[in-house]
Amino acid sequence: MSDWEVVIGLEIHAQLATKSKIFSGSATAYGAPPNTQANLVDLAYPGVLPVLNVEAVRMAVKFGLSIGAEVARRSVFARKNYFYPDLPKGYQISQYELPVVKQGRLQIVLDDGTVKTVGITRAHLEEDAGKSLHEGLAHASGIDLNRAGTPLLEIVSEPDMRSAKEAVAYMKKIHTLVRYLEICDGNMQEGSFRCDANVSVRPRGREKFGTRAEIKNLNSFRFVEKAIHFEVARQIELLESGGTVVQETRLYDSDKDETRPMRSKEEANDYRYFPDPDLLPVQIDESFVSAVRATLPELPDDKAARFVRDFHLSAYDAGVLSASRELGAYFESVVAQLSPAQAKLAANWVMGELSSALNRDSLDIGASRVSPLQLSGLLARIVDQTISGKIAKEVFEAMWSEGDSADAIIEASGLKQITDSSAIEGVIDAVIAANPKQLADYRSGKDKLFGFFVGQTMKAMAGKANPGVVNERLKKALD
Amino acid sequence: MLHNLSIGELGRSLTAGEISSVELARHFLGRIERLNPALNAVITLTADHALNEAAAADRRRAAGDRAPLLGIPLIHKDIFCTDGVRTSCGSRMLDNFVAPYDATVVTRLKDAGAVMLGKANMDEFAMGSSNETSFYGPVKNPWDLSKVPGGSSGGSAAAAAARLAAYTTGTDTGGSIRQPAALTGVTGVKPTYGRVSRFGMIAFASSLDQAGVLARSAADAAIVLQAMAGFDPQDSTSIDTPVPDYSAALDQPLAGLKIGLLREFFEGLEARNSALIHDALKVYRSLGAQTVDVSLPHLPLSVPTYYVVAPAECSSNLSRFDGVRFGYRCKEPRDLLDLYKRSRGEGFGAEVKRRIMTGTYVLSAGYFDAYYLKAQKVRRLITDDFRAAFTQVDLLIGPTTPTPAFAIGAKIDDPITMYLNDIYTIGANLAGLPGLSLPCGFVDGLPMGLQLIGPHFSESKLLNAAHRFQTATDWHHRSPPGYEQ
Repeated sequence: MSDWEVVIGLEIHAQLATKSKIFSGSATAYGAPPNTQANLVDLAYPGVLPVLNVEAVRMAVKFGLSIGAEVARRSVFARKNYFYPDLPKGYQISQYELPVVKQGRLQIVLDDGTVKTVGITRAHLEEDAGKSLHEGLAHASGIDLNRAGTPLLEIVSEPDMRSAKEAVAYMKKIHTLVRYLEICDGNMQEGSFRCDANVSVRPRGREKFGTRAEIKNLNSFRFVEKAIHFEVARQIELLESGGTVVQETRLYDSDKDETRPMRSKEEANDYRYFPDPDLLPVQIDESFVSAVRATLPELPDDKAARFVRDFHLSAYDAGVLSASRELGAYFESVVAQLSPAQAKLAANWVMGELSSALNRDSLDIGASRVSPLQLSGLLARIVDQTISGKIAKEVFEAMWSEGDSADAIIEASGLKQITDSSAIEGVIDAVIAANPKQLADYRSGKDKLFGFFVGQTMKAMAGKANPGVVNERLKKALD
Repeated sequence: MLHNLSIGELGRSLTAGEISSVELARHFLGRIERLNPALNAVITLTADHALNEAAAADRRRAAGDRAPLLGIPLIHKDIFCTDGVRTSCGSRMLDNFVAPYDATVVTRLKDAGAVMLGKANMDEFAMGSSNETSFYGPVKNPWDLSKVPGGSSGGSAAAAAARLAAYTTGTDTGGSIRQPAALTGVTGVKPTYGRVSRFGMIAFASSLDQAGVLARSAADAAIVLQAMAGFDPQDSTSIDTPVPDYSAALDQPLAGLKIGLLREFFEGLEARNSALIHDALKVYRSLGAQTVDVSLPHLPLSVPTYYVVAPAECSSNLSRFDGVRFGYRCKEPRDLLDLYKRSRGEGFGAEVKRRIMTGTYVLSAGYFDAYYLKAQKVRRLITDDFRAAFTQVDLLIGPTTPTPAFAIGAKIDDPITMYLNDIYTIGANLAGLPGLSLPCGFVDGLPMGLQLIGPHFSESKLLNAAHRFQTATDWHHRSPPGYEQ
């Protein structure tokens, strides 16, 4: 065990899935030609004023309620002042001293199965900046203000995480949650979900935190893990060689797998925050909160607990199946056609065959080529022993590529399982007769050869024999 | 003479067919051409635009439209964005800026049938009390061309006083409508904060800025304010409360009205100025009003409070002028920092830079609490003082300015002395209250203003009190010598 303890806090930026921007009526759709989704407000023309999009507030409150946080009855937008070409007003409208969401918490499950609670200090609303474009422009930089004014929810955790793995588990949990709540599409390639990681190390047992470095703009779970690993190693090496960590902002370079400094604390901007006089304080009353509460879906942890309780799934399976609303809904549709007793079978199939097929074809669960009804049709045939699990995998592949029902495929390809014991007994007799040496060996104590006879029997019956019946009859015939 | 008629009289002439809107526009355009070179009150003339709007107004009238402002010419302060017309805010920074949209104030007056003759000169970004900070040069006071007209709406005030338009628009952040109205002998109204939309009005200090009107009488101002006021969903600080019929309330009797005499406004006021205010109080008493002494103990802190809050907000509001998307850009910038530094360094004038630097300072880490936060606390105390006063009286009364118009160049190098010119007007801005200045006499041949301040949304009462005063006096009918004809 290392002598150093790692301390991590994350600031996650989730782009809210509103149709229009947080302070203007421009659309927020991704990928439009540069500057086609920027109106005079986004361009910060002289005289224009911001008007708050209430939908963004609703989404922030929804998030607050889902993490058991306090929803501030009064929150205030402030201006964060700095000059940058992609920041048209010369200030970003954000929330500073009085955020809309305060003091929440979230539980994550660690590798050893223990549950850890991560504190969430606050979540506040702010506007995104535009983008500076440097590629393909000789001796010039372009500015695309389509993203300027897009609503963000910045979710700030307590420094509660003690490893890169915990940080990733927390980030994944937030990712699951915001998609459950339908307040963020979670698309990390498009930058809809990204984070800054505050990383420090301290000698194990010491209470005081070490000096932290902030790694900016991490947009994949893998990068978060790798960047933290690099940064922790860097800081430990520095400290062990007698150096000190400086408080600074660092950038993770995924090509070189390293972090390097962006700017130090000394160079840091004085943002001169002050309340934005163009916007009134956001007043949220109980009826607003109740109305939002009524729109809350079943949350991932509640869903997982229900899966364990009602379907007797393991905590792990329940966690996997509740990781997205769509996956959970798919699974429940399958079970609904069967019975709760078959939930484990359904879980295995959804997490096994179905998930690998989806991965193979890079499809979301919503675009699955096998519907819940089709899958439950297939599982019903396993349950009633029409086909074996092995055959079922073949049928599944056929369903995936051809789209027919399980019954139609079983019928058409004659895959129906043979459970007629007299037919199976006939084959068994023939197999035993054809393999006298193995029979003798088995009877002299080589138990392992039982598998050989099962294999031979199944092979002779082209896999269609019911394995239970084969086992039972073989035992009788051999012993 | 047409230019001496009130808005009501002009409307009646237009409806009677004695004159057309086009002829009226030509009349005022002719006056601007003749008189403006000496005044420098108008910096952009929109003659074609005016004649088109006037022709349209004549068609509307022919179709039966009787809107009170239909076909009546105005000049907008150049702080209001006007679609397709240069909107300079008195700054080199926006000398090349043609606004792509209309401010809400402009739209509302357009809808009411107003005819825009041009844009009025102003202190750069509304920062000034003498109209000497304009990139386009100082405005002269029509009462004495060697004197300032006040600021920042100095062009609007001089234009209204010289009868270059029937009325003008202005904005008031610390007295920028009332102070120049007083120094040029016109009636200026600064409405309650939130009464008139700020959308499209280039921001100086967002929590203090308010658009209003400069006219030759309270009755005219009532008609204009009626068209300007009202909730605007594009301005989050605009307040959704009904707009009363201002003209209908003008003639209400003042019997029983309690007017508070602001003690703090008379300390150190020169005897001749003080005498004018006391004469005005006699008029009010003769109209049935009662006058009582009132004290607002924190009011003397207005100026320092204002000169923290307003620069703080302006330092942030003016960050968008960076040479990137619109406005002035320096020649051949070497890099981004050079672009910022030189565009802003060359584009802004000295007073604007002084306030940006002051504002940046008071918001800085380590100074924020001592300046900005403390100023906000004092602002609250001043607001509370006013609130307490309005439990005792209906309106407060006092001088608008400590002195009549001063000489051009007299105070421009001494910002503190200049800032003290707004000592009586700033309180209303800090508290978001409506204020009105109306002519109440002359000192050394220069007009002085009487200021009325009322509770939030008491514009109706202020206009009523001003109108009754103007039915009993004729100060507001006086025209600067040489501008009657």
